[in-house]
Parts: sequence; C-alpha cells; structure tokens
Amino acid sequence: MAIIERLFGGVPRRALVGLAMLAAVLLLAPFVVSPFVVTVILLMFYFAYVGQAWNIMMGFAGQLSLGHSLYIGLGAYAAAALYMKAGIGPWAGIFLAIALAMAVGGIIGYLGFRFAITGVYFALLTIAFAEFFRILFDHIDWLGASAGYYLKVENRQENDPFNLRGSPTMFYYIMFGLVVLAFGLCRWLLTGRLGHYWLAIREDPEAAQATGIEVFRYKMMAVLLSSGMTALGGVFIAFYNNNLYPEQIFSMGRSIELLLGPIIGGLGTLFGPILGSALLVLVGEIMTDLTEGSQLAGLKQIFYGLVVLLIVLFLPGGVWPWLARLCGFDRDGERK
Amino acid sequence: MSGAALTVDAVGKSFRGLRAVHDVSFDVPAGAIQAVIGPNGAGKTTLFNLIAGVFKPDQGTVRLGDRTLNGLRPDQICAAGVGRTFQIVKPFKTLTVEKNVTIGALRQTTSVPQARDEARAILDRLGLYDKRNMLASNLTLPDRKRLEVARALATGPKLLLLDEVMAGLRPTETDQMVAFLRGLNESSGVTILLIEHVMRAVMALSQRVVVLHHGEKIAEGTPAEVTRDRAVLQVYLGEGGH
Amino acid sequence: MEFSAFDLFQAVVKGLLTGMVYSLMALGLTVIFGVMRVVNFAHGEMMVVAMYLAVMSFAALGIDPMLALIPIAAILFAFGYGLQRTLINRFINVPEHMQFILMLSVAIILVNVCLVLAGPDAQGVQLDYALDSFEIGELLIDKVRVYAALGAVVISALLYLFFSRTRTGKAIRAAADNHAGALVVGLDVNRLYAITFGIGAACVGAAGALTIMLVQVQPFLAVEYTLLAFTIVIIGGLGSLRGAIAGGLLIGVSEAIAGFLLEPSLKSVFSFGLLILVLLIRPQGLFGKAA
Repeated sequence: MAIIERLFGGVPRRALVGLAMLAAVLLLAPFVVSPFVVTVILLMFYFAYVGQAWNIMMGFAGQLSLGHSLYIGLGAYAAAALYMKAGIGPWAGIFLAIALAMAVGGIIGYLGFRFAITGVYFALLTIAFAEFFRILFDHIDWLGASAGYYLKVENRQENDPFNLRGSPTMFYYIMFGLVVLAFGLCRWLLTGRLGHYWLAIREDPEAAQATGIEVFRYKMMAVLLSSGMTALGGVFIAFYNNNLYPEQIFSMGRSIELLLGPIIGGLGTLFGPILGSALLVLVGEIMTDLTEGSQLAGLKQIFYGLVVLLIVLFLPGGVWPWLARLCGFDRDGERK
Repeated sequence: MSGAALTVDAVGKSFRGLRAVHDVSFDVPAGAIQAVIGPNGAGKTTLFNLIAGVFKPDQGTVRLGDRTLNGLRPDQICAAGVGRTFQIVKPFKTLTVEKNVTIGALRQTTSVPQARDEARAILDRLGLYDKRNMLASNLTLPDRKRLEVARALATGPKLLLLDEVMAGLRPTETDQMVAFLRGLNESSGVTILLIEHVMRAVMALSQRVVVLHHGEKIAEGTPAEVTRDRAVLQVYLGEGGH
Repeated sequence: MEFSAFDLFQAVVKGLLTGMVYSLMALGLTVIFGVMRVVNFAHGEMMVVAMYLAVMSFAALGIDPMLALIPIAAILFAFGYGLQRTLINRFINVPEHMQFILMLSVAIILVNVCLVLAGPDAQGVQLDYALDSFEIGELLIDKVRVYAALGAVVISALLYLFFSRTRTGKAIRAAADNHAGALVVGLDVNRLYAITFGIGAACVGAAGALTIMLVQVQPFLAVEYTLLAFTIVIIGGLGSLRGAIAGGLLIGVSEAIAGFLLEPSLKSVFSFGLLILVLLIRPQGLFGKAA
C-alpha cells in the first residue's frame, strides 16, 4: 500500500525493529510496572506529543514560538468549559479546542508573516500573545479567573473514556495513541511535498520562494497545524489534572518546558522530541528523588538549564542525531 | 520545457531616491541565450530581481511570452516559468543534494517519488549524481553552483536567469558549465539570460549582449559588436584606455 | 470611578519617574543588541539577580541601594564580560534560535539559583524614607521614586558620555557600524564585544538596584522584566539609545495610566497592545533604522 511505503520507505530495518520493540514495551508496561511509573511515562508521552506539535512550527518550518502554552491553555479551557457548562464531552470539545487554537494561531501567523515579522520579533510576538491571554483569563470570572477552573472529579474506579474520566492507565493509552498519531502524521508530512517545502522555508525562505514555494501559505499551514495539535494536549491536560489556573497554564514557564524536549532531543527530527521529552522527564524524576525538599523546583530547573546549555554547546543538533549515528541508523548524515 | 521570450520594456527602479535601474529595454527571443554585462554596481542583479519578482518595477513592464510579470510574487513568477540562481549561492544547507533538487522538482509534480526521479535525472546531467546523498553544505563552490542551476532547472523553467554562475570557477570548470548550458539550450530550447563578468563565457555562449552602466543600458549587440563599442570600452577601461 | 485630571497628572508624573528606571534597564538591552546583534534573553533574570543583590547588601550591611548600585553594577559588568567571552562569543554567527536558546538556558539557571537561594517569597528593602514624599504645590511625589529616577538619569548620562567621548566607546560604535572595518583597523573586536555586554549587564545591575527601591523582588518577575525590556526596546527601536529612553518613558506613563484607569493587574495589557501595534505598523520602532 502506498501509505505503508511512504511511512516506512527508506527507513533502515534496524530502526523499524527498534521502533516496534519500543512500541510493544510501552503497550505492555502498565501491566508490569507500578502505577507511579505509569504516571511518569504518561508525562513523557504528554511532553513528547506537545513537543512534536511545537517541533512542526520550529523544527520543520523554522518559526520560533515561545508562547506555545497559549494553545494548551485555549484548548484546555475550551474543552473544560464545554464539559462543565454544557455537559459536552471532551471528544466533541476537541473540535472547539482546535478551532479556537487555530484561530488565534492563525492571527499570530498572519500578523507575523504578512508583516514580515521574523526571528526575535516573531518570538516576542508569540510571548506577548501568551501573556496577554494569561492576564485576560485571570480576569474572566465566568471561567474561574485567577482562582482557577475546576472539573467534576467523579468516581475514578470506572473508566469512562468517552468523558475522559478514569484511571491513569486509561489516560496512558490515550496519550500513547496521540503520540503514535503525531509521530505518524509528522512522518507522513515530512515525506510529502508539504514537509519538503517546510524544510526549504526553514533553510532559506528567499531561495524557497525563488523555487516556486509560496512561503506565506506554507508558514501559515505550519502554525495552524502546530497550534491545533497543541490544543489537543491542552484538552488532555484539563481532563487529567481537573483544574486549570491561568497563571500556570498560560505561563512562559510552560512554554519553555514544552520546547526543551525537542531542543534536547533534536530540532526538526522525527524522533528527537520523543527522546528529548523522555530524557527530560526522567531527569526530572531523578532530581525530585534526590532532592527531597521545598527547593526542589528550583534545583530541577537549574539542572534543566545546565542540560540545555551543555546540549547547545556540544550537541547543537540534539541528542537523537548523535544517538542515531551511534546506532548506525542513518547513512548520509541527514537528520531523520 | 521549451523556452519563452522575455520582454523588458522601459523598466526602472529606485531605492530611496537612488536610481538603481533606469529605462532599460531589451528583448530576449524564445530559446535564445543572452548576457547582461556591466561594471559592479551597474544594476544587473537589481534587474534580475525585478524580473524575478523580488522587487516591483517602479516603471515599465516585464513580460514572459505574453504574460506580464509585474507585481507577481517570486514564487508566482517561478510558477510562470522563470528559474533563477543567486549571485551568492543559497543552497538548502542541511539537506542533501538530492533533496535540494527534489524540492525544485516539486514545482512540477506533487508526488515526491516522481520529483525525486526528475531530480536524479537532472543531477546526472550536471554531473552531481554521485554526490546526491551529500549535504549541500559539504559541497565545493563549483558543485554548489551546479546545484543551484540544477535546482532552478528542476522547476521546469521556460526562462533561466543565471546570476554570475561562472564566478569563482576555474577555466576548465567554466568550459564545462558553458558546454552544459549550450547543450541544455539546444536540447530543451529554454531561454537563458546570464549576468556574467567572465568574458570567456559571455563570448562563448551569448548571441546578444546588453551592457548596463549606472543602471542604464549603454550598448546592445552581438558580443563582437559590444566589445568594440566605444562607450563600453570607456566604461571598462577608462578614458582613452592604457 | 471618580478621578480628577489632577490625579491623572499625578499618575503621569509617577509614570515618568518609573519610566526613567525602565529606560535604564532597556538601555542595557539595546546597547547589547545594537552592537552585537545578540538578543539577551536573560535580561530580566539579570535584573532580578541585581535586585536580590541589593536586598542582600541592605539586609546584611544596611547599605542603601543607591550606594550598593556601584558594586552591583560592577559585579554584573564582570558577569556580562565573562559570559560574553566564554559563551556568547561562540554564538555570534549562529542561527538566531540557537542564540535564544543559549541565553534562555542562562536565564533558567540564573533565576532558579535565585529561587533556591532566596526562596519564592517577595523580598524588598525597608528604607527609612520609603514613605516620604516631596510636595510641589498639591503634587505628592514619593522621594524614592525621585531618587531612583535621578539615579537612572545620571547613569544614562554617563553612558551617553562614554559612547560619545571616550576612545573605547567610540571604538565600540565603530565595531557596531562595521565589523570587518573595525577588524581591519586593528580593533580587538572580541574585547569590545565583551566590554559591551559587560556595560549592558551593568546597566541592568544599576537599574535593578534602583528598582528595588520601588518594588519588591520575586523570582518569577524575571520574565516580566525581560518582556518589559524588549517591549521598550522594540517600541523605541532596537539599538537606539534615544529609543530606549523614549520607550521607557512611554511605557512608564502608559502603565501608570492603565493602572490608574483600569486595574493595576491589567497594566501590562496596554504595553502588549502597544508592542503588537508597533510590530505591525513600524517594526523598527520610533528611532530605529528601517530594515
């Protein structure tokens, strides 16, 4: 089938086998490991997913967004509000979440690209929008304002996937599914014309335009896809945590958190965000373990900062390309 | 492919009061090879940028065949059939040679496998097939120039704008490129307009030459005529020569 | 809500004074960008570090921030100089997003060191004259605000003199205008860059010491200051000293008015609105050069 060919063509056999084994391990994990470990891996999935979504904008199309928490927040509040105010379940709420995020993302993209705001300026624009919405939601009393918005927490013994009410294991599989879908989607895109055009735009927008690529259009597609995908993560987080605070969910800290995975793992690569997020969460858990105490938040962040610094200095392409070379997964040096 | 005719009609462009190009007109018949020469700062690249849509002409029109290109975006002009290279090459650095050209070929097809096949064919003709899996950033300068031409060619142009594609090449490499371009023109009929300083290439390739100086056309004719033209000699060699 | 034109005027004056201190902070950022084209994403974090240093020196030694300003600026100068020489220098010609991420990691480390050492609670300095005010007719202006503004003006003036009168200052401007030319003429551009970053950091240090007289410090304020500095610098024009001052005053006043007319927590909404507007209409800012 053409789809199979496209998704898997050109990938070394060893990599495919490795991937399959990894998937199998992850599918079986909840039956083997403790519930705590399940939640940790779940967190890895979450960051891998939103990291992948962010990676589409930055790693593929080269547009730096430092305000991506905006889409998580919008998605979260949209789905939560629909559920609490109108009793509409999250699977339907997804549509509003995505639509809202894409609308705002579209505005940011339009403002940025139409008016040739790039680089620093664009990144600042994204921050400004995120901060704007943070302050805005802090004042929306209808949604709890700064005191927070809470979802009904029902009986957690029964799994109700329809309403995303249930045990961490249920969320685990849902998030796993999202990661696989995101991965597959990105692979699909990268092997197609869209992905190729994105890479061209990332490398050299002027040359891309001279080669017949309508840069504005494709940049917009990247922003729209990225923001929409990220919103799904927001829906998930709303129903998993059951509480939303504008100060947290729209915060710059969250925006930075979600981009650390792709950067450490490898910007613009397929597997980078996944590896990077896994590493980050792992390191976080180890740090939490080692530093019992109230200053742990700060220490953990310092460590993250150091890791990013080291990566930027010594492995600027990220951990995954280096690892892939080690395992012989690539023939020609090109980023996978 | 086949070529289209280029008509440049009284084209002018100023930047903040400075006239970069002024009242330049010439015709390039379909399938012809012509050159634009002139000292540095004469406005040659600006002229190319006006044709390729990077700038909009303040005055005049640019036509490809019977289609007016004024005001179109560079990607639209590429879609209309104009391929261009840049004076300082702009390859997609972290992508392979093959991917660079594949991206060009995607102008003509939405299927990546098809584009890849087309890319390979073009790379073969330019002698880059063996290097197709190398990263563009690892190529030597002559190879990068060839890559640039390959990528532009992959878009299926009717008019090829080559900006100083011979600069930095050794004489043998120049001859190779000249041979390739002549062969390309003969087999596909694509119209070629070159900006060149390397007179060897200009003489060998072009049927007609346009000379620019301070943004204006000061001479036009066959290579032989132009190199004997008094105005041109004055511009290049100074008053009275040495 | 009742207010008089006079109350508004009072708010504007307050805004102008605060704006002067903002300008100083922004000057640091614009100097760095104007000369090196490096975006200092750790700007707010350095500000917060300076503020904590002022708190500590006051708590431990009872030194007034206005005096502590000098050693604090010196410390930050050294930090900036060292940072540039060891890390940033390697990143001058690297794609923008890598520069960002480098500065981002420095920012994360800085702010969390503060968090770990000083804790998350707000801290400030209890100055004797904190509640005093000058009376000019019916106008009541806090003394701290006036002193802070004066400090900012003095330092800004010194900065201006440095760049226009001293040899090093002129050399830096030359290197900013024409990197290759500066090299050809024999200027040690690396050293000049390091000095520039040091100066930028020193400005932030001074601004921090002055700001602690007006507000308390908390680690999470760092992001807001970074944003504030950037907003000012973009509105004024990246790389323009005049722009930083104009932008600082403008933002100071608009924040004061917004805080006065609406809720204080909404004051940054104005600033963001202005930022977005400027990015759209005149991205080079009031005094910047068009791209």
